[in-house]
Amino acid sequence: MSEVKAKARQSLSKKAPLGPDLNLEDFVREGGAWSYDPDYSRFTPEERGHLLRAGIELTDQEHAGTFLQADAAVVHCRVNRPGLEVMPLTRAREQHGWLADLLWTLVPVDADKYTAYAELTPGNGYFIRALPGVKVPEPVEACLYLRTDRFAQPVHNVVIVEPGARLHIITGCTTHPQVRSGLHVGVSEFFVREGGHLTFTMVHNWAEEVHVRPRTAVWVEAGGTYISHYILLRPVKTVQTYPTVTLAGPEAVASLNSILIAHPGSEIDIGGRVLLKAPGTRAEVIARTLTTGGTCISRGHLVGEVPEVRAHLECRGLILAPRGIIYAIPELEGRAAGVDLSHEAAVGRIAQEEVEYLMARGLDEDQAVSTIVRGFLSVQIEGLPQTLVAELEQAVQESGKGL
Amino acid sequence: MNMLEIEDLWVQIDGRDVLRGINLVIPVGETHILFGKNGSGKTSLLMTIMGFSRYQVVKGRILLQGEEITHLPPFERARRGVGLAFQRPPTIRGLKTLDLLRACARGSQEVLALAQRYDFLPFLDREVNYGFSGGELKRSELMQLLAQDPALVLLDEPESGVDLENLQVVGEIISQLLQKGRRRSHRDKSGLIITHTGFILNYVHADVGYIMLEGQVLCAGNPRELLEDIKKFGYEECIRCRR
Repeated sequence: MSEVKAKARQSLSKKAPLGPDLNLEDFVREGGAWSYDPDYSRFTPEERGHLLRAGIELTDQEHAGTFLQADAAVVHCRVNRPGLEVMPLTRAREQHGWLADLLWTLVPVDADKYTAYAELTPGNGYFIRALPGVKVPEPVEACLYLRTDRFAQPVHNVVIVEPGARLHIITGCTTHPQVRSGLHVGVSEFFVREGGHLTFTMVHNWAEEVHVRPRTAVWVEAGGTYISHYILLRPVKTVQTYPTVTLAGPEAVASLNSILIAHPGSEIDIGGRVLLKAPGTRAEVIARTLTTGGTCISRGHLVGEVPEVRAHLECRGLILAPRGIIYAIPELEGRAAGVDLSHEAAVGRIAQEEVEYLMARGLDEDQAVSTIVRGFLSVQIEGLPQTLVAELEQAVQESGKGL
Repeated sequence: MNMLEIEDLWVQIDGRDVLRGINLVIPVGETHILFGKNGSGKTSLLMTIMGFSRYQVVKGRILLQGEEITHLPPFERARRGVGLAFQRPPTIRGLKTLDLLRACARGSQEVLALAQRYDFLPFLDREVNYGFSGGELKRSELMQLLAQDPALVLLDEPESGVDLENLQVVGEIISQLLQKGRRRSHRDKSGLIITHTGFILNYVHADVGYIMLEGQVLCAGNPRELLEDIKKFGYEECIRCRR
């Protein structure tokens, strides 16, 4: 048994430090025997509509590459651009001998029971790589799809942006319309090499009883840029994740943006940590959280380890229901003179003064509230599919109701 | 025809009287001026006419062009032609000023042309009132009114906090809003303006001035003469005169 597997076995019952503890045996591994679907013909119109709400368009057009995994089966995978690799992780391991040494270098396999589970359970995941200097013009679309009720879906994803390359990935994670419950464990290790640029947009659109445990770490080398957008608009049972970005080389930049809506019954615990390890690195972590009755814990942690680094953390929360909870926990950790770290946190309700100000301009109350919520959630997201913009708008309209 | 009629208006905030029996009539085409010390009820009167929920009408009526609006929500009043430029407007994060101007115009005004005319283009992309200077806030408020094109213009200290450079523009916009360039008989807008300095009198045809004290209108008269009296004798003299 390899050392990695041994570590994983020892950690299979190790509780995660954050988030409700889950019994992995409550979930099943017998997923559907989904076969490869080269033209997406096996998706019903109902499924297509549901996938669209997670930003997944089920088309190979206008995408540099596509990857779609249903439960544990990769049902679609295609590359449309030279200099780009998109494939299941299992195949990438066969193709690239060096990949085995890269796995689990950013996320420790023994971090908790979920990382251990991901190693010990064959679950696949995607491997996406932009070769040196290749600037991929269109986004790559990746989808991790829970198609069977109560299914446990562990995946291990690797993204490599080689020196000077540029890549935008849109990942939609969602369930079949009939699926109510399940577990998604996503281990993601992203490498942005020198001067590389990665934009990673992730949309989660789960069901009311689904538990989600992403384990993400990102390594950014000199002059590299990592931009992340995480969007969670629909009900989910629990999500706990705390992505960590290491700015390892001089002038590396990270920007982490989250738009989160906690619905009644949802418990979401989402953080963003950036380690600024080289001079001239910069980071920004921005969270916009909104509750319509659920609980949202919004964490942020900036660690300035060397002089001449600059980072800002912003957690803003809006409570739109009497029982909603938003708990913002910003942390700044300076470990050298000359670091410049700041944070801004505010949690509250919509000010009546703002609503009436807009009403004095002729907007009715619903329009005024929606306008304020829309403004609150406004984070410019480059290349967001139009369907997702519409989805965001619908979520805004629904959030303001009942105030 | 009267633009605004206020009859025996009593208003409370959190159970405390802020307006005590106000009676006021503004005919169509006229602009009236409110003077008074801080806390005398001037802003409360404007906010009540606009319909803000904090200002509870306990007695009396407000009529706009003959229609009672006493209990209508602010947006209904705005749509019927009431427009208010706030003294201290709130910030709306994430909302672009251009989008608010478009909402104000409701498709009836060419917002970009208006902004160009009053040198407001650089502000259109900024969040509403976020990081604006005093003068910029006033200009933004007045641009919103221009886009709204209200029949009854309510201005709460439009000159306060405005630097000399912005004063001229503020004055020009107010002239435009209240149709200073037209003959009296051709004006169809009316105004009710709070001022401490009287600066505004150079930019509008002000017909009547009032002095407010402790939630009441104490006296009415020629606005320039009233202002001269206030400058010479102070508000204390008004109190004595009333007694």
